[in-house]
Formats: sequence, structure tokens, C-alpha cells
Amino acid sequence: MKFTGKVWKFGNDVDTDLIIPARYLNTSDPAELAKHCMEDADTTFAGKVQKGDIIVAGKNFGCGSSREHAPVAIKAAGVACVIAKDFARIFYRNSFNIGLPIFESEEASAKIAEGDVVEIDADKGVIKNNTKNETYTVKPIPPFMQELVAAGGLIAYGKTKFKIK
Amino acid sequence: MSMNIAEKILAAKSGKKHVEPGELIIADVDMVLANDITAPIAIREFKSSGATKVWDRTKIALVPDHFTPNKDIKSAEQAKILRDFAHEQKLTHYYDQGEVGIEHALLPEKGVVVPGDLVIGADSHTCTYGALGAFATGVGSTDAAFAMMTGKAWFKVPTSIKFVYKGKLNKWVSAKDLILYTIGDVGVDGALYKAMEFTGPVIDKMSMDGRLTMSNMAIEAGGKAGLINPDEITMEYIKGRAEHKWKVYTSDKDAKYEKVIEYDCAKIEPIVSCPSLPENTKAVSKLGKVVIDQSVIGSCTNGRMDDLRITAKIFKGRKVNSRVRCLIFPGTRDIYTQAMKEGLVDIFMKAGAVFSMPTCGPCLGGHMGILAKGEVAVSTTNRNFVGRMGSTESSVYLSSPAVAAASAILGRIGTPDDIKK
Repeated sequence: MKFTGKVWKFGNDVDTDLIIPARYLNTSDPAELAKHCMEDADTTFAGKVQKGDIIVAGKNFGCGSSREHAPVAIKAAGVACVIAKDFARIFYRNSFNIGLPIFESEEASAKIAEGDVVEIDADKGVIKNNTKNETYTVKPIPPFMQELVAAGGLIAYGKTKFKIK
Repeated sequence: MSMNIAEKILAAKSGKKHVEPGELIIADVDMVLANDITAPIAIREFKSSGATKVWDRTKIALVPDHFTPNKDIKSAEQAKILRDFAHEQKLTHYYDQGEVGIEHALLPEKGVVVPGDLVIGADSHTCTYGALGAFATGVGSTDAAFAMMTGKAWFKVPTSIKFVYKGKLNKWVSAKDLILYTIGDVGVDGALYKAMEFTGPVIDKMSMDGRLTMSNMAIEAGGKAGLINPDEITMEYIKGRAEHKWKVYTSDKDAKYEKVIEYDCAKIEPIVSCPSLPENTKAVSKLGKVVIDQSVIGSCTNGRMDDLRITAKIFKGRKVNSRVRCLIFPGTRDIYTQAMKEGLVDIFMKAGAVFSMPTCGPCLGGHMGILAKGEVAVSTTNRNFVGRMGSTESSVYLSSPAVAAASAILGRIGTPDDIKK
């Protein structure tokens, strides 16, 4: 997995209500959700985000609700991946389950600024900041998570492992 | 080898004698829950996988409680997906309109979750059932779909933090104040990826309603679960309710914890969480004057009988401030009925409050009590994030029912003791 993209920067404890406000949860259509991605943190975000862009945030990204609509909205908005110091637990599992790549890196979270262009090599576990000419290390993805990603998400993984009626 | 309650349940459900924190397991779940926001995605995933039949039609609970009664056409379409699926799969735990309650008030009340269960729910407040001594945790829709197909879920065995509550409770201090205080102390990520275990003499004496309030908000500290060891109070509660066999797991005396945190409850005053994170706690006495537009009493956090009784006690013979809208939301139909029987509804009506049917509506800014720009609410719900109850320029203070009720009368945030001053 390799990604190169322009960064949109957010702070600590970005909650799921900021990522996709509950008033839009009367639909589960990814394209509809994408239109309101990050709306309550930055009303202009959905209009300016480009395919392949990267979100970088502080600690506890995605805290709050279990709504899978949050990673779905981010993915459908075209965001290639999210880098944070760490992620709230349910957001973390949801992202792997639906195939939104996420990376934990304290260094990257602290040093990357909005507008920087960064390059992530997930296999090598490094993030290169092309704008600042810096390199940061990424916390490795646990083997089970790699298996999920390789299978194409949790459902696909389940179909290979368990008998389904 | 000694284990705590979280480890014991996870070991039992994954067919192991022992589990260690950090270990990855695939476990059998006893109940899978989803609501009208999260189930449509789960059902879509279920269907697109090629599955045709759920793993066990008696172990899936679908509760359309968030945008119901349907607030608009889109939410009606969402709720219809649940209804059609529940009928098609002949699910035994589907709760429509007249039967519906707020999921985390409803399932314990109906005995659908019992001690020793492993429960996952596509709703973050699924951790509520930890109060019964069940390992219950919130997950996403895809996890719910996977469990609907297989009866299984994956878990990383969490480390645990033990919280010990000692000392005498001050006047008007309730379970809600204790959990807000705890979140204020450890922070919104203080228990990230960890199980919280609530113990000590204060918990031993606490009613089941209070315990459910505490476990409910474990997620607000980032917790994976909020567990309380079952005791006589638990057994008394499940008597006549338990729908299936339960098993009591309790932590060994020498069980391992990442941390043990002790609180002297005599030092805890009635408290609120100020905007816009549950960790921004402040004693009501140190708050200064905060004028409110709305007071919300209810939700999966505080919509049970204890909560309605204390509200009625404060409202009796008094009037809600003419500039405040006070909305009361009971958790379930049975709570609604009981409140009528006890004459509480009459008191609410005479006080000038609104008494609604059970719904999650206002808590998440869904419907039935949205805040306008610049408005301030005090609420017994669980989150005060930016825009949580409406406009991004509105603000929410989280509190206990006693503080929310007193504030409704005062027109500003205060305790019942402030009313006569």
C-alpha cells in the first residue's frame, strides 16, 4: 500500500458528530454522506477535498458514536487515508472493516502541517513529508488487520473462514 | 491463573481457559444489536455477501429508536429496511413502534441481555450492559453484519482499569455525577481500548438504574466496556426478566489491572460537563451563571425510574421557568407506564414539562428538541460535542437528572438546593 497526497489537518478528539453530523444519518448512501464529510469541523471541506487527499489529525480521532457512516463518508469523499496520533476504538475497527486505510504515528501527527504533500509506504512503515523533506515512522498494522485488508474487508474475510447460510 | 471479569467472559466465549490482554480472539456472541441508523448498512452488507439466513434468529435485536417515530421520508425508508428484514428473517427481538424503547434501556429491562453474556451492538452505548456483568461493546455495522452471518466477532482482549468508589455520597450526587467525575479525571481517551471495571462500597450499594448509567458512559472515556461484578442487586434485577441462562463471572481477588484508581466520593459535588467534550467537568457550585434555553431529561443514560422519580421529586409543586423548554424522555414503554402509575407524569405536566414517548431523538440532534444557534441546553444525555443537539453554535452541558430538573426551574444551571435561595 502506497499513497501520496495533499494534507488536510485537524486537531485532537475529532468526534463522529464532526465527521458526519447525525442530521445526515437518515441515509446510508456513501455519495450523500460524502457531501457532508467533516462538515461541522470545516463547512468548506467537502467542496475542496480532492481525490487522493490525506487527513492528518491529533489524538483519539473518531471518538463518540459507532456510526460506520463516519469512515464511509471520509472514504467516499475521496480521502486516501487518515493519519492520527491514535484512533478511537470503534472508528479503528470500522475503518479496517470497510477498507479505509488508517495509520498511527505520533511524529507525523505532530509535524505534518496543512497543505504538506506526504507519501506513505505502508509496507515499509514510513511516511515521507515531501514538503518538509522529513521522514516519520508508522506504528505497524497488526497481522490480523493486514489479513482483513488483504481479504478485502471483514465480510470477505468471514466468507473464507466460516460457513454462511 | 487469575483473571478479571472481562478476561473471564472473553475466555469462556472463545473456548479458552485463559486469555491475556493483547491477545486476539474470535468469540461467540450471545446477542447482536443494531438500530435504525446502523442496521441498514449491516443488512446491506449481509445481503451483498450472499448470505440468505441469519445465524440465529433469536439472537439478533433490531431496535428502531433513533429517528422514530420516523422524522422524515428518508428515515422512514431506513426503518423499513429493518422491519422488512426482521419479518423476512423471523427475528424474535424486533421492536416496532408501540413496543420500542431506547435500546439500552430496553434490552436489560426485557431480560434480553443477562450476566455473563458477550454482546456486540452497532451502537457505541452498548457498553451499558456491563452493569449486569456482561461483556458488551459497541462496534460498527460491518461487525454486526459479520455476527449476524456467523455468530462471531473478533476482539483484542483489553487491559482493564479498576475504579474504586469509596466514601459517603454528598446530597444530590448520583451515579451520573460519579461517571462524569471519572471521565473528567481520566479524559475522553483515558480508557481508550481498555475495559473499565467499577467497584467499591458505593457501587455495591448502587441501584441497577444507577449502575446502568455508569456503564453507559464508559465509551465517553474511550472504554471498550464498563463492567460491574454481579451481586445480589444484579440477581434481584434479572429475577423474572432473564430470557436465557445467565452465568456469573466475577474478578479474582488477585486479578491484574493496568491501573487501580480510587475516588473518595465525599469529595465529589454535583457536576456538569461543559461544552464541548464530556471531560470538561466542573462542579455546579463553581460554574457561575449559565442561563439555559432547554433542559432534557432522559435517554439511554438517564431515562430510567430512578431518574424520573428524582425529577418528579424536584418538580412537585413547582413550575418550569417560563423561558425554558423542559423535555422528558422515558427509556421504555414500561418505564412510561410505571411513571404514569406513580403519578409522575401528572407532576411533569403540572410543572409545564413535555413528556415524550421513548426515542433517542434529541440526544443526537436527530429530532424532537433541536437547538437553535446560540441556544444552551442542560441535558442528562451522554455527549456534548459541537453541534450534538443541533446548531454548531449551540452548546450542551451534561448533568444528572437532579441538576437538569433544578436548572429547568431556575432557568440557569444549578442544584435543587439553589431553588429556594
